[in-house]
Amino acid sequence: MILVALVGFVGCSAWSIFYSFTASKALPKERFVGFKQYDRLFNSSRWQVSVENIAVYGVCSLIFSISIGFLLAVALDKKIRFENTFRTIFLYPFALSFIVTGLVWQWLLNADFGVAQVVRDIGFSNFEMNILSNRDYAIYAIVIAGLWQGTGFVMALMLAGLRSVDQDIWNASRIDGIPSWQTYLFIVIPMMKPVFITTLVIIASGIVKVFDLVVALTAGGPGGASELPAKYVYDYMFMRGNLGQALAASTVMLSTVLIILIPWAYLEFSRKRENSK
Amino acid sequence: MSDQQVSVQNIGPNGPKPSRVISLGNVLLYGSLGITALIWLLPLYVMIVTSLKGLPEVRLGNVLSLPIEVTFEPWVKAWDSACTGLNCEGLKMGFWNSVQILVPSTVISIAISSMNGYLLSFWKFKGSEILFTILLFGAFIPYQVMLYPLVIILRELGLFSSLSGIVLIHTMFGMPILTLLFRNYFSSVPEELFKAARVDGAGYWRIYFEIMLPMSLPIFVVAIILQVTGIWNDFLLGVIYAGTINFPMTVQLNNIVNSTQGVKEYNVNMAATLLTAALPLAVYFISGKLFVRGIAAGAVKG
Repeated sequence: MILVALVGFVGCSAWSIFYSFTASKALPKERFVGFKQYDRLFNSSRWQVSVENIAVYGVCSLIFSISIGFLLAVALDKKIRFENTFRTIFLYPFALSFIVTGLVWQWLLNADFGVAQVVRDIGFSNFEMNILSNRDYAIYAIVIAGLWQGTGFVMALMLAGLRSVDQDIWNASRIDGIPSWQTYLFIVIPMMKPVFITTLVIIASGIVKVFDLVVALTAGGPGGASELPAKYVYDYMFMRGNLGQALAASTVMLSTVLIILIPWAYLEFSRKRENSK
Repeated sequence: MSDQQVSVQNIGPNGPKPSRVISLGNVLLYGSLGITALIWLLPLYVMIVTSLKGLPEVRLGNVLSLPIEVTFEPWVKAWDSACTGLNCEGLKMGFWNSVQILVPSTVISIAISSMNGYLLSFWKFKGSEILFTILLFGAFIPYQVMLYPLVIILRELGLFSSLSGIVLIHTMFGMPILTLLFRNYFSSVPEELFKAARVDGAGYWRIYFEIMLPMSLPIFVVAIILQVTGIWNDFLLGVIYAGTINFPMTVQLNNIVNSTQGVKEYNVNMAATLLTAALPLAVYFISGKLFVRGIAAGAVKG
């Protein structure tokens, strides 16, 4: 049973990497062209736009989801009332699919009838908000939708991390008269480093694969301005019949994930080993 | 977004436990939490009110206003007769397809993975740790790298574009994370229990069914939550492997909303979106804390 999965995972990945060095078009064939596919990939303007977009998306989502998620977790950790209600509200988008998320935000950001109209109704009658059909801003629509969907999850992870901080530390810092923001900054956050790193890795490896959200929200538009790598792979693989390109692109995606993953796996592994000593 | 940013940041310096009931800190704390919560609820609210309005009202009013005249017409249409291109059968086909994909995928993947987890924690063999590490990497590898070879494999097996094909795919992709879940759970079971059962002569299957299975019901619930929401929300795998007649609900929803010709029926679109979101939302609200456990384990999926 496990072997089946292994053959599936390792075998399939190896197959894809192998064929990314061939001149496969609609069907795979074994005519090797070295790094030509990669050459073409990095020179294609669509791939360049995809990479730029994923960088913008990645940096924005990492910064905002981790900072907002952490602040929400800190707020919820203050023994407040209705903690469960708040947590339920912040986390519910995470139960929804990216397709649903994308479609809701497509409607909310609709230039004619969405939130823009609400602002016009309040009195700013010339207000224009057209980020979905603006080449420069479409990617930020995806960022916003992604944040709405995923921040609650970061909050849940951070909250679990905060709960595992020893209560004695709080007592000690209170006795010493240290303001609590300093306690957070200099004691709690460094203690939670593993939680932050794990969150970072989970989110980052998720970011590389974003696909459904773009499909539902902008379909890569306007005019290909919000394309992302995963969509590039899909389009070249199943729509345009250019397998070599698609596989080269997917291999680049795999390498990116591995670059994020391997140092982390190494870190986790050595930490576990230390603990067991 | 930026307003919310600022207000949330302000609450930092106010200590872990606000002492007085009404203080500046408390007002800021609850105020910013409340505003953030409202922003978070806004999309759900807008979905609901839009789906209950008639189309003229949607076009005239604004997204926040309550429906003047409540109508369930959009819901009926979304379910029964909304169009995806030429085909006007609504979401109901997608719903049943999703159910047909969901049930066997969930059952099979959990059955296999719990066995894997059991095997990996009690019946360690040479190389089992390495096997497990590779399996874990499987959870992180982007699907894109494996898409095409799997198309070929399924085609060779004669399962491409079929229900069994997509079930197989979901089972395979569910395995890493579920195996991790079960392995971690079973490793917390005391080794002595297992040894005692061995001494008493119980074999592999008997220990699994008579000792491990009854003990691990909570983790099964977590696994079910994880798989049900994960598989229901899947888009990529469904669109590639299920085939046009078996398209799951998410794919049909996207087709309805993003490929309508002519007049866009926003109210029908929102009703359709809500219908698709209904099952995972129900699972979420019913399961509560177990859901959090599930997603914490399943976060690496996808």
